[in-house]
Amino acid sequence: MNSIEIIKDKLSNKILKFEKKNSKRYYIDILPTDIVAVTEMLLGELEYRFVIATGIDRRDGIEIIYHFSDDKNGMVVSIRTLLTNKEKPEIDTISNIIKGSEWIEREMWELLGINFKGHPNLKHLVLNEDWPEGDYPLRQGRGNETG
Amino acid sequence: MTDKKNKPRTIIPIGPYHPLQEEAEFFKLYVEGEKVVDMDIEIGYMHRGIEKLSESMHYDQSAFLVERICGICSNSHPFAYVNAVEDLAGIEITLRAKYIRSIIGELERLHSHLLWLGLAGHFIGYNTVWMWSWKYRELVNDIFEFITGNRQHYAMMKIGGVRRDIENKDITQIEKMCDDLIPVLNLFKGAVLDDPVIHARTKNVGILPIEVAIDYCVVGPTARASGIDIDIRRDDPYAAYNLVPWNVIVTKNGDVFDKAVVRILEMYESIKIIRGCLNGLLKEPEGNYDLKIKEIPVGEGIGRHEAPRGEVFHYVRSDKTNRPARHKIRAPSYVNVPSNQYAVIGQTISDAALILAAVDPCYCCTERVAIIDKQKNKKIMNGFDLIKLSQEKTEKLRNK
Repeated sequence: MNSIEIIKDKLSNKILKFEKKNSKRYYIDILPTDIVAVTEMLLGELEYRFVIATGIDRRDGIEIIYHFSDDKNGMVVSIRTLLTNKEKPEIDTISNIIKGSEWIEREMWELLGINFKGHPNLKHLVLNEDWPEGDYPLRQGRGNETG
Repeated sequence: MTDKKNKPRTIIPIGPYHPLQEEAEFFKLYVEGEKVVDMDIEIGYMHRGIEKLSESMHYDQSAFLVERICGICSNSHPFAYVNAVEDLAGIEITLRAKYIRSIIGELERLHSHLLWLGLAGHFIGYNTVWMWSWKYRELVNDIFEFITGNRQHYAMMKIGGVRRDIENKDITQIEKMCDDLIPVLNLFKGAVLDDPVIHARTKNVGILPIEVAIDYCVVGPTARASGIDIDIRRDDPYAAYNLVPWNVIVTKNGDVFDKAVVRILEMYESIKIIRGCLNGLLKEPEGNYDLKIKEIPVGEGIGRHEAPRGEVFHYVRSDKTNRPARHKIRAPSYVNVPSNQYAVIGQTISDAALILAAVDPCYCCTERVAIIDKQKNKKIMNGFDLIKLSQEKTEKLRNK
């Protein structure tokens, strides 16, 4: 059984949508509440490597894609989740499981305004300390309105 | 943080700015006496909003934009970016373009590793290694100039292929230029790997154990020196990396010495790859190097490239306009630099500069280091003193 079949089998009750882009790239949609359990499974059982996460501001919410690399098979498995509350987007941190996600969560917090619950050190990373609160550079429409 | 314990702690700020470095970073070392007990890392001095900027440029322009992210490995980001867009659109480039891409990628690894070797040599007081290394790096830049017309920012990557061909009549000359590099590498291999003083300065210094390396998700030579056997060129092959024979170099100890060993041995593999690709080029018809892609369909794509410092990761989403809807970029230093937080603890100040430099974060701001007496708030030691401290340690070992 290859690792994709294991994911399908073990996480069958958590997968909302499964997309095979090609033999090396997979996209899996899950609920935000499942992210910790899914990360634990991918990193612990399948020994994937956490690469990075992408935050995207969409019309219907804030999307986060967690990219995991399966170095044994050369695949990238991307776990997609949508935070529908745009006023106050919140998700559990995965930095308690994998330290390498600490910086990117800080970055998404300051650039998109996502609150990572349980993050040990949620402070500015790429922006200055005195950056105005509530001004998120990667939110849509921002730059154009404020110049 | 200084109030955690009552012991007197001194803060040594390293960085953030220096005209030599293209990445400004700020390391705050907390020391008790000679020993480093804690460290804070601050980045963001070079945040230029390139991800956002990329959304306002069309696909072809973005290749030039991401080339400006890093000055040393200027080819890595465009390489990963074109891989991402080609993954998005399902484009398979021609064999000739694949070979040329790999040649450029490996030449870049050569000059980047030579640059690192020079800096590391300087930090431990081996200024001859520094001068030689940077002198012979010019040979690699000459090859670049010969192939692309530029010594840096070669602008070779293009969606659907490469921008310029390598003509078959030039291949013998390029091969000869590569042959000239072998004695240089032998020189460094001998000078670094057999020198007892370098052993004493770098072995068991700044160790990053494998489980910590996995937790920090480190990549590239930093990971391979700690025994993590990953290399995107082999694991997720792109360009011509699965068409030519070469090996991944992995060592176990995770100290500064092993990081140097990985980089030096990797340079031999790079030359092997370049030779294989040049041979491959001879079999392919000339001029067949660009597919002239005009439109990018809706979708998303991921591209990776093993840069000299490790995996570069690009995610591109298209909404059928001529600009990326979202372009996420992850450089290798983004995961390698935080691992310093572990590697530097418990080491002495004279080793700190070397350890921080060992992950190769394009970092040369040690001259900005200053030791400040907190009570008097007076500078008692500047960057030159710190490098001197490190060099004196080597001198003492040498005289033993």
